[in-house]
Amino acid sequence: MLINYWPIAILIAVSTFLAVAVVVFGHLIGPRRPSERKAAPYESGMEPIGPGTRRMPVRFYLVAVLFILFDIEVIFLFPWAVNFRNLGVFGLIEMFVFIVILLVGYVYAWKKGALEWE
Amino acid sequence: MLLSETTTSGFFNLVPWIIFFPVIGLLINLLIGKRLGERGIGTIASLASASAFVVSVLLAVSINGHHEAVVVQFADWINIGDLQIPWAFRVDTLSVTMMLVVSGVGTLIHIYAAGYMHYDVRYKGDPKSYRRFFIYLNLFIAAMMILISGDNYLMLFVGWEGVGLCSFLLIGFWFTKNTDGTEGTENALAAKKAFVVNRVGDFGFLMAMFLTFWAFGSLQFDAVFAQVDQVQEDVIIAITLFMLLGVAGKSAQIPLYVWLPDAMAGPTPVSALIHAATMVTAGVYLITRSFPLFSAAPEAQQIVALVGGATALFSATIAAAQFDIKKVLAYSTVSQLGFMVAAVGMGAYVAGMFHLVTHAFFKALLFLGSGSVILAVERGHHPLDNGHEDDQHGEEHHEPFDPQDMRNMGGLREKIPLTFWTYLMGVLALSGIPIWAGFFSKDEILTDALHENPTVYWLLVSAAFLTAFYMGRQVWLIFFGKARTHAAEKAVESPSSMTIPLIILAGLSVLGGLLNFPGVHTFTTWLEGTLGHDFAHATEFNFTVAGLSTFLAFTALFISWLLYGRNPIEVDQKDPLRRILGPVFSWMNNKWYVDELYAMIVIRPYQRLARFLAETVDWRFWHDWIHDSVIANGFRSLTRFLADPVDLGVIDGIANGLADFVQGSAARLRVIQTGYVRNYALSVLLGVVVILGYLITR
Amino acid sequence: MTVSELGLLNILPILILVVWACVLLLLDVFVFPKREQVTPLLSAVGLVVALIYTIPQFGQPKEAFNGMLVIDGFAVFLNVLVLISGLVAVALSYDYLNRMGMARGEYYVMMLFSISGIMLMTSAADLIVVFLALELLSIPLYILAAFGRPKMESEEAGIKYFLLGAFAGGFVLYGIALVYGATGQTGLTGIVEAASGGLENPVFLLVGAALILVGLGFKVAAVPFHMWTPDVYEGAPTSVTAFMAVGAKVGGFAALLRVFMIAFPSISVDITPVLWGLTAATLIVGNVLAVAQRNIKRLLAYSSISHAGFILMAFVTYGDASVRPEATAAVLFYMVAFAITSFGSWAVVIALEHAEDRGLELEDYAGLGRKRPALALAMAIFMFSFTGVPPTMGFAGKLYIFRAVIQGEYYGLAVLGVIVSVISAYYYLRVVVVMYMREGDPETHSEGWLNLTTAVTAVGTVVLFIFSAPLFDWAAQAVLRMF
Repeated sequence: MLINYWPIAILIAVSTFLAVAVVVFGHLIGPRRPSERKAAPYESGMEPIGPGTRRMPVRFYLVAVLFILFDIEVIFLFPWAVNFRNLGVFGLIEMFVFIVILLVGYVYAWKKGALEWE
Repeated sequence: MLLSETTTSGFFNLVPWIIFFPVIGLLINLLIGKRLGERGIGTIASLASASAFVVSVLLAVSINGHHEAVVVQFADWINIGDLQIPWAFRVDTLSVTMMLVVSGVGTLIHIYAAGYMHYDVRYKGDPKSYRRFFIYLNLFIAAMMILISGDNYLMLFVGWEGVGLCSFLLIGFWFTKNTDGTEGTENALAAKKAFVVNRVGDFGFLMAMFLTFWAFGSLQFDAVFAQVDQVQEDVIIAITLFMLLGVAGKSAQIPLYVWLPDAMAGPTPVSALIHAATMVTAGVYLITRSFPLFSAAPEAQQIVALVGGATALFSATIAAAQFDIKKVLAYSTVSQLGFMVAAVGMGAYVAGMFHLVTHAFFKALLFLGSGSVILAVERGHHPLDNGHEDDQHGEEHHEPFDPQDMRNMGGLREKIPLTFWTYLMGVLALSGIPIWAGFFSKDEILTDALHENPTVYWLLVSAAFLTAFYMGRQVWLIFFGKARTHAAEKAVESPSSMTIPLIILAGLSVLGGLLNFPGVHTFTTWLEGTLGHDFAHATEFNFTVAGLSTFLAFTALFISWLLYGRNPIEVDQKDPLRRILGPVFSWMNNKWYVDELYAMIVIRPYQRLARFLAETVDWRFWHDWIHDSVIANGFRSLTRFLADPVDLGVIDGIANGLADFVQGSAARLRVIQTGYVRNYALSVLLGVVVILGYLITR
Repeated sequence: MTVSELGLLNILPILILVVWACVLLLLDVFVFPKREQVTPLLSAVGLVVALIYTIPQFGQPKEAFNGMLVIDGFAVFLNVLVLISGLVAVALSYDYLNRMGMARGEYYVMMLFSISGIMLMTSAADLIVVFLALELLSIPLYILAAFGRPKMESEEAGIKYFLLGAFAGGFVLYGIALVYGATGQTGLTGIVEAASGGLENPVFLLVGAALILVGLGFKVAAVPFHMWTPDVYEGAPTSVTAFMAVGAKVGGFAALLRVFMIAFPSISVDITPVLWGLTAATLIVGNVLAVAQRNIKRLLAYSSISHAGFILMAFVTYGDASVRPEATAAVLFYMVAFAITSFGSWAVVIALEHAEDRGLELEDYAGLGRKRPALALAMAIFMFSFTGVPPTMGFAGKLYIFRAVIQGEYYGLAVLGVIVSVISAYYYLRVVVVMYMREGDPETHSEGWLNLTTAVTAVGTVVLFIFSAPLFDWAAQAVLRMF
């Protein structure tokens, strides 16, 4: 049955070969005449401004993480809503518990000042 | 204890106190004795012993008329499977007799010792030992009480070993001194000898005990005696003969008597209490206690009687040629113990016990008297205590002087009259002169012997004759004639704490015969409670026997007068007996060279064997050869082999290699630990690839 | 569905812990934000209550959530161990956090969450639950590892642990997916039944099992998935390290044992060589690398790896049904031995640690024997226990492990185990040597709870050795109804 995966194996082999081959052949065959413009980082055709790596406030990460967290948890509500009638009271309680737990985290984060920007 | 109990059951429940009182006494002296002073220590110790005596009297009152032994269970001791041994006290007429003797005579000797040791500790230069002495003495009373009150052989054995220990401690009381008072090890050696010889006896007793348990399944007296009929006679003979070995050790019988004369190294009260009146009679007590066993083995009885008779005569011959006042008494004790053993061996248990009691009186008296004599001479010898009349004695003090040598005495009759008269009572009692206690008890033994075993009878009669002779000799040498030394001239009478016990014991030595007066037989009736009617037969008074022994006693005393009394020996004069007996006297004086014989056939071969084992087998063979050559050298060669080619070459190579490898690889592997998460993740990935690769390609 | 149908009562201890942790979290921010000493006390109370409800569960196995959770002797045994470990960790942390200025209430809440995750793990009879429990136990640990904020090393440890943990979690999840793909089941018993009925794609099962092994192997720090261990152990606050060393191991091994012994006995022929290799690598690398360490926390990290190797030794025999109960009991016993010794040694490390990572080098222990004889003695006991010298728990633990290995006839592994034990003696005894034979004047802390923890664990290391037979019997009892 492993034989069934042969096409995939061939695909991996070909793509790997192509990726390596392009780089290697370009490196070997291509002429090298470096200039300042050529050596500059590529920024989608724009004039490069400042260094490539830039510092950002850690608060941004915090908010982002919190957003992702609660956002993803909310996704859990969709399948529940679809099956709401089947699940009945049990489902309601279950979701209630789930929300409460989320709420605890939310309250905590709020109280800790994680949502305050300044 | 409730009054109702006392009225219904007598004072039997008091019996543990015969042990507790002496123990309390010794504890008091041990803990606060230092603050009590000599008077306090002596009083406490004497009171402890006296209290035990009072309890013994109460027990005697209670047991009187009882025909059954009363067993007082005090505590569980050993409970292992079949072996159930409680700590039980046996109160019957036999044990009460012993209790009375031990605590009664013991108390008198305590009182005496309170006075005697006051001087002794000073002459020996160690006043602090006073307390130690009385602690040991109380300990001895306690141990002796355990011995005689136990209801089984094991308790008896505990006491047996306990008194042995006390004996050892007290013989070696002056363990840094020689017998003549100089610094040395003689006393300690004497104590060791007593202990070792007693161990030989203890081996016998132990074997007897093991056999008893094996054959009877119990060590309880009643349980054992009840089954005597059901056990083969051979086994009983073996038990009794092993027991005889124990008796020979403790009661100083042939062949183990040799320790007792040496035991005189202990202070004189010790000789009186332990090595004359009480401990050494434990063997006699053991045989009497085990009378159903011995009575069931006539062959063993024969041997016991012969051993006793032979001992009696043999040691009497030695006693006749001794110069040391205490040595004479020591061999006399051995001899008298021979009488007792012979008596109980012949089944004359009452006679043996009777003699045990009277002997306790007069031999204690004699020893205490001799102590008084020795002290008198010693005090005469020491200028410090002698009113320091002239200082020339100060120099004399350094010369060797033996206050126990009878040749250094003479004419003490007038110097120490009280000691003399009480001593004379003891001599007459021991010599078997009618009316004195010894006459009756010895006569009862002789009468029984004539019935039972003529050989033993003649042995004992000869011994009795010699007894009278050497006691007469002693009296003439000590008390009559002229003082042969300056010390004897200056001798002073002992204090009242010493003389009062002497007077009491003298009275007992005179009147002790009344205990079992012919025709009345109080003592026989008394012991019937323990021995039963069959074994406690009243011996009829035999005028032939009595007449012969009286005649012999007087004759012996007369001969001793001829030799020593008519012409008192002068200073440095040879013993008149030596003139008559010649070399035989030397043999007697040197104790028939038994110690030398033992040294030759037992001790020296033993030492040679020990030395052979120690030096040749252990040291040269085992240590030098096996250890050093075989093991050590072998090991060394092996290690060298292992060290050089194997270890250095192979193991070290491996170990060093391994260590290097470990450290090296550790160092190298550390490099992998770069601290970069990507590398770590790569390592995880590689692991996964390897694992999956293996699983799939397998 | 009712409460009793769900078996909620059967997982009451876990529920208590989770609810209590949520409550504490809120209490901490609302009621007493400035009184840091209240939270540890309250969390200890929660642990004790959970413990009280856990102990009577020993006996008949119970289920919850339709068999997704099994509360059997194995689970109860480990739950008791974990709850007690939690108490010890709280005692250990209290003084340390105050001293280091890290006393914040969330610490204990995270610990409670992690403990409930471990308890969930010990009871997990379904791969989904295994994964949930894995995350529940791990995520608080990631946070705790970074709790030394704003200390760089601590943050680094936290992020490293998190990244690699997530990486490993991915393997577990992928493994679960493959197993589900092969069998159509996630319940452990269901997997067995499906596997015995013949599979269309047995390789999926094999690969899935291997990936689960990798993920859990990461948790227990098996080589080559161990590389986070020294860095995280070193960087994390020491009290966290102490808890992590025990907690993560208990959780990881609990899942490994239950999943493999129940769900994958049929592929043991294939898995055993892999396990063998992992074990050997773990033993060798853990012990060999420990030799090169001069930092006590890193030393103990490698030591922890090597002990994972010893536990794996018993696990190698999982395919042999006759040895399995004994081997499992040996693992349980060894975890007790490891937990008590590990906590003790970390307590000593805490007693010597100072701000800014001073007092963590081996040289800092010189002269401890003279200055703090009791502390040095305790450390010596722990080192001996780690080495496996009687009369310590470590010896008894190794004894049972080796017995199981020999019964399973893995003689090569046994020999290897002995050899690395000898190597381990070198670096453990070096600590003792430094403490007693080098001159020095170490600065130490003497704090009530810390001293108590050290004393209790030191005494326990020796005393439990005396009672190792009944303890082992208890462990054997615990695994009796597992299979």
